[in-house]
Amino acid sequence: MSWGFAWLALLVAAAGFWMGRARGVRFAEAGAHEIGSVHSRPHYHGLFVAILALLPAMALLLLWALLGDRLIAREVLASVPAGGIGATDLDREAFLSEVRGLVRGDYAAAFDPNAEAAAALWKQLAQRWGVVFGLGSVALAAMGALWGWSRLRPQFRARTRVERMTMLLLVVASLVAILTTFGIVASLVFESFRFFELVSPMEFLFGTNWSPQTAMRADQVGSSGAFGAVPLFWGTVFIGAIIAMIVAIPLGLMTAIFLTQYAAPGFRKVAKPVLEVLAGVPTVVYGFFAALTVAPAVRDFAISIGISDASSESALAAGLVMGVMIIPFVSSMADDALTAVPQSMRDGSLAMGATPSETIRKVLIPAALPGIVGGVLLAVSRAIGETMIVVMAAGLAANLTANPFHSVTTVTAQIVALLTGDQEFDSAKTLSAFALGLVLFLVTLALNVYALAVVKTYREAYD
Amino acid sequence: MTEAVSNEAPTDWASEAMQARIRRRYAQERGFKALGLLALTLACGFLLLLMASVISSGWTAFVQTQVRVPVTFDAGELGVTAEQAKANPELLRRADFEGVMQQSVTRAFGNGAVLVSDGAWLQLREAAMADPSLIGTTKDMWLIATSNIDQLAKGRIDLQAAEGDRPVTDAEIAAWRKLGAAGDLRKAFNRTFLTGADSVDPELAGVWGALKGSFLTLIVTLLISFPVGVLAAIYLEEFAPKNRWTDVIEVSINNLAAVPSIIFGLLGLAVFLNFLNMPRSAPVVGGLTLALMTLPVIVIASRAAIKAVPPSIRDAALGIGASRVQVVFHHVLPLALPGMLTGTILGMARALGETAPLLMIGMRAFLTSVPQGLAQPATALPVQIFIWSDNVSRGFLEKTSGAIIVLMLFLLAINSLAIYLRNKFEVRW
Repeated sequence: MSWGFAWLALLVAAAGFWMGRARGVRFAEAGAHEIGSVHSRPHYHGLFVAILALLPAMALLLLWALLGDRLIAREVLASVPAGGIGATDLDREAFLSEVRGLVRGDYAAAFDPNAEAAAALWKQLAQRWGVVFGLGSVALAAMGALWGWSRLRPQFRARTRVERMTMLLLVVASLVAILTTFGIVASLVFESFRFFELVSPMEFLFGTNWSPQTAMRADQVGSSGAFGAVPLFWGTVFIGAIIAMIVAIPLGLMTAIFLTQYAAPGFRKVAKPVLEVLAGVPTVVYGFFAALTVAPAVRDFAISIGISDASSESALAAGLVMGVMIIPFVSSMADDALTAVPQSMRDGSLAMGATPSETIRKVLIPAALPGIVGGVLLAVSRAIGETMIVVMAAGLAANLTANPFHSVTTVTAQIVALLTGDQEFDSAKTLSAFALGLVLFLVTLALNVYALAVVKTYREAYD
Repeated sequence: MTEAVSNEAPTDWASEAMQARIRRRYAQERGFKALGLLALTLACGFLLLLMASVISSGWTAFVQTQVRVPVTFDAGELGVTAEQAKANPELLRRADFEGVMQQSVTRAFGNGAVLVSDGAWLQLREAAMADPSLIGTTKDMWLIATSNIDQLAKGRIDLQAAEGDRPVTDAEIAAWRKLGAAGDLRKAFNRTFLTGADSVDPELAGVWGALKGSFLTLIVTLLISFPVGVLAAIYLEEFAPKNRWTDVIEVSINNLAAVPSIIFGLLGLAVFLNFLNMPRSAPVVGGLTLALMTLPVIVIASRAAIKAVPPSIRDAALGIGASRVQVVFHHVLPLALPGMLTGTILGMARALGETAPLLMIGMRAFLTSVPQGLAQPATALPVQIFIWSDNVSRGFLEKTSGAIIVLMLFLLAINSLAIYLRNKFEVRW
């Protein structure tokens, strides 16, 4: 419906462009004898008219797309007879979602007797308001085009106007990044705040018992759930910052050393894309591999060395695969850091008679250490934010254990577990996912900011 | 001038001790180099292992086992005669092919083990719709076998295990042996896998539904993130004044590039679904979420591409009277576009492989039909892989690996395109 009107508005704008341009052409023909008598070239006149037509129309349609739903919802709620639905926000939401489902055709019949009538009203309102807003936008487009067209003169500064509006567009585009950051922070903080109204922040951050299952009945055992997130934080650190890094740091660093210091250019040319492929494998594929191949192998190994209670979902399996996933990242960061060390330092060391490996170990690595450490911190931040591998291979048991053959769970795995499947949006269980997300966001942010600062100061030292 | 007098004797390079030390140092050197090579080999070896494991367990997903069944298209059972069907093929859509199939299968194999897939009647309908004169005749048809027979034929079942320990019954094994001996079993290309949507039966499940969901999602992602990313990069690189505001923009873009993808999923859930009430599981929401995730990647790549355009181009254009906006849009942008496109394609490849944010916004529904629009429930290929990998049924194991092969082929194609573009259009000034 509104798409049809959007196309119509677009058509009006196109017509505006054509008319404006035609007028510009006439200006140009009339002023051809005297240089400077016409300010702008014809298509700028056209663009000016088209923009004036399009901008208000699109703004109105966007407004409708964003607010239309709320507008209708309010009117539909008001139409329901008093006492027809519960008084709480939750009841209203449930009622509205049923009505939406009916309107969309998801449900064949209504559960709530009032919903049927409400759905009919919804459809009627959506149609009526859709037409009102759609016609409004087309009318705005036509008015804008006419007004713009009436302003065209040979000396009219159409190009300057168009360029000013282009600049506006550029600024708006770059504001999207800020809006996204703001949206992330706002939504995480807002939902976390609601969570901390139900569960104290102290219990969340320092409690050691995590079992977020909320019971169906209030009198059931453990109905309140326990939200001590320490086992999750530990599991995240254990897998992402310890096991994965034990794999990724030596392998990534040695790979970078070999590629930058020893490998012939031809070999480097072949090996680098292979590492890039390793970096480009989707995490869900790593997760599948970890769960299907690595985890059973790890368990069999654990049983063979006498650990009888080894779990089939182990921290080691997830950590190993995550480490491999991070290798290309560590390697490319170390690569950058090593190549940034001035050639003179390397030459000096070699001239003193040191072998290449001595030069690398005693001169290059110490000199590149800040860059390497920065890269490792970025790698840690990436590892603790990684989701699919731990969801598929690490399991959901919140154990506080240092045994790598046991199952642990991580912040990201819990977020997925809490938010998939059935959810009611006000329960502490669902909200806790946002609190976990907030912690994850803040920690990765801090790691990134710190790591980038380290890398930056180090780069400046050699520039 | 004083002579530096050393009390030490000159180094005796030929001495036994010195030679031993040098040998040791050289050995260390070789060891270190070997260690580097070992690290690289391990990394590459892991990649090979991953590929080998996926391909060896996944290639059979593209093959399907079929059973030969003499099918009698009984007009009475169908409720449609050949003449009626010729006049109005739509009648066949409602005809009871399921019953016809059951009868034919029972006639051929008796009431024992189930050999033919529940969904094989669709093959009958397809055949009858292509050629209505089949009705009233009997024809040998190759019907899709059940997943158990399929797995048996592919040799993926351990026949030595006790009956309770393996997914197939002894009766099924006996039937399978008999079919094989009679030549009533064949393997064919699995068209269903590439054209179907998800299903509860592994032998009927396909990736097309998920693939189309991925396409729809990526189209939305591309339509939003590419223009916005390029425009933002142009502003930051060419016009932005150096002040606190632009600093804030730069910092937030750089940080967004490193935010875990699942956080974007939480953003999508909180803002698009709960605040704006957009439809759950829809490609449009997935596309928006992934667009926000891809945006910083595109901005960073586009800025690098703009930076690479030499200032002399700008100076020349300004010198002959172009305005600053004209300089950028007529000269800098066309020259930087290949670099921007390469960055965008790589960002799209990352978005195609992304799973976690899509799980957050509910694109993990079980859908047996192919999504038709941007607002309809859909799933995406990586999410489909995740869903299947959770399935305990033996037949889904190879389907999961098969879907991974499809995903990796697409990623390979996308990345090759990016490399090709980079090599073809890269200009060095």
